[in-house]
Amino acid sequence: MTESLTARVLLRIGTGLTLAFIYVPLFVIAFYAFNENISLTWPIEDYTTKWFRIAWEDEGVRDALLLSIKAALGATAVALVLGVLASLAVARYDFFGKETISFLVILPIALPGIITGLALQATILNVLSPLGISFSIWTIIIGHATFCIVVVYNNAVARLRRVSGSLEEASADLGAGAWQTFRYVTFPQMRTALLAGGLLAFALSFDEVIVTIFTSGAQQTLPIWMLTNFGRPRELPIVNVVALFVIVVSIIPVWIAQRLTREPTGVGGTAAAAVGARQ
Amino acid sequence: MRRLSSFFARHPRGRLAALLAAPVGWLVAVYLGSLVLLLLAAFWETEPFTNDVVRDWNLDNFRQILEQDVYRAVALRTIAMAGLVTLADAVLAFPIAYYMARVARPRTREILVVAVLMPLWASYLVKAFAWNAMLGEDGFIGWFLEPFGLGPPGDRVGLWLTFTYFWLPFMILPVYAGLERIPASLLEASGDLGARSLRTFWKVTLPLAFPAVVAGSIFTFSLTLGDFILPTLIAKEQFIGTVIYSDRSANLPVAAAFAMVPIIVMTVYLVVARRLGAFRAL
Repeated sequence: MTESLTARVLLRIGTGLTLAFIYVPLFVIAFYAFNENISLTWPIEDYTTKWFRIAWEDEGVRDALLLSIKAALGATAVALVLGVLASLAVARYDFFGKETISFLVILPIALPGIITGLALQATILNVLSPLGISFSIWTIIIGHATFCIVVVYNNAVARLRRVSGSLEEASADLGAGAWQTFRYVTFPQMRTALLAGGLLAFALSFDEVIVTIFTSGAQQTLPIWMLTNFGRPRELPIVNVVALFVIVVSIIPVWIAQRLTREPTGVGGTAAAAVGARQ
Repeated sequence: MRRLSSFFARHPRGRLAALLAAPVGWLVAVYLGSLVLLLLAAFWETEPFTNDVVRDWNLDNFRQILEQDVYRAVALRTIAMAGLVTLADAVLAFPIAYYMARVARPRTREILVVAVLMPLWASYLVKAFAWNAMLGEDGFIGWFLEPFGLGPPGDRVGLWLTFTYFWLPFMILPVYAGLERIPASLLEASGDLGARSLRTFWKVTLPLAFPAVVAGSIFTFSLTLGDFILPTLIAKEQFIGTVIYSDRSANLPVAAAFAMVPIIVMTVYLVVARRLGAFRAL
């Protein structure tokens, strides 16, 4: 231990301050959900749970919630299929341009969301609309799936690198076809990693707002509903309740995913998780 | 199905092609295609009366962006904000990253990693609302600062705090990983050679951790450049993101041309970062 006692005390204080900086805003928003008044004055004077019931009965909220869930399920399904295929190729084969695949998968989340959104909007207006696909749940799913592939891919590649490919070779030597090997050997080994990747993709999609603004047209997912109604004083308490709900819904899958994989949280894994959580 | 399966069992190249076809096809068609279209759109123009995009190739949009002071002021303001946010994040991230990497016990370290990672996944929008509420009149921050005799911060400072808050975890994680990689023996050697801890920090730890800070700064810088929701909710000023966003429906070609600014800035940034060894620290 090279650090002196003073240094360690100062580091503890610095750590505590940074953690407080990170968590205080989250607690503040949680308290607002129970605020009796229609204002954002701090400290809160009266507490109530009535807004939860009102939010639950609000049709705008229900419709938006339903659309968000459908879109997130659709995007997760597409991302799972594409992410697994890409991860099998990259983790089990050597080929020219392998680095490019990882780059291509990460790109939609590495570029600022506004660029991704604007580019997709240009495609929807100029290419898809003439083909008869205008703004709908499908355009939302296409956009979300594109940036969700990376979280499935990262989890799957990490798992495939950890389990050896020799079991798959043995399976092939024993006469199994490609599908049988995948079904009975590869898939069972990947199962928890895929569940984790799927949960993360769902959380990412459920919560996404920037790209969605460009791909949703007039439809409202839950985050878009929140953004639209935040400026309306009458709706503000409902927005606060929905906000608390959204935090819980997006953190629980992530927490489960964390417990499921327990991949050694190496540098790459951590950075990838950070990139995955950008939006 | 069975015949297909046994064909793939015998032909690894065919298997590879089948695996890659869908994901690569999707990403190239949907994503790269869209980016190329965006680039092309920057050379188109908008019919002033109907607001329709006309595919008439010219450089007017770029000329407009380079010549009009508004665009230049917005670009410089955004880049300056990105720089200040990056600086604040580096300063805030260092103590906690150092504590995680070199002082905390393994169990505490694990908890801290999760504690830093979790808020990243808490809804972006909700955090934005929280900051809007906290910075507002009679908000939490004004209430917190009052006993110190300070008023609530202005728009720019408020936005700077908000950005710093949002991207902080992206700085902490790479810096933590970078510090963890420095062998303890180097620091001990520095001490054995007579350097005091502060000198060791300046001469050994900081230079070795610098690429990791640059790696983290890629995120803090890029994310600040492209954001348009936080400036809208927190400050009333225009930033690159808000200009692109408000131009996008009235004049997509100009928005597309202005979108090239963050893309070019980030490309330059990445080239420099790569030279400084940041990619190995990711």
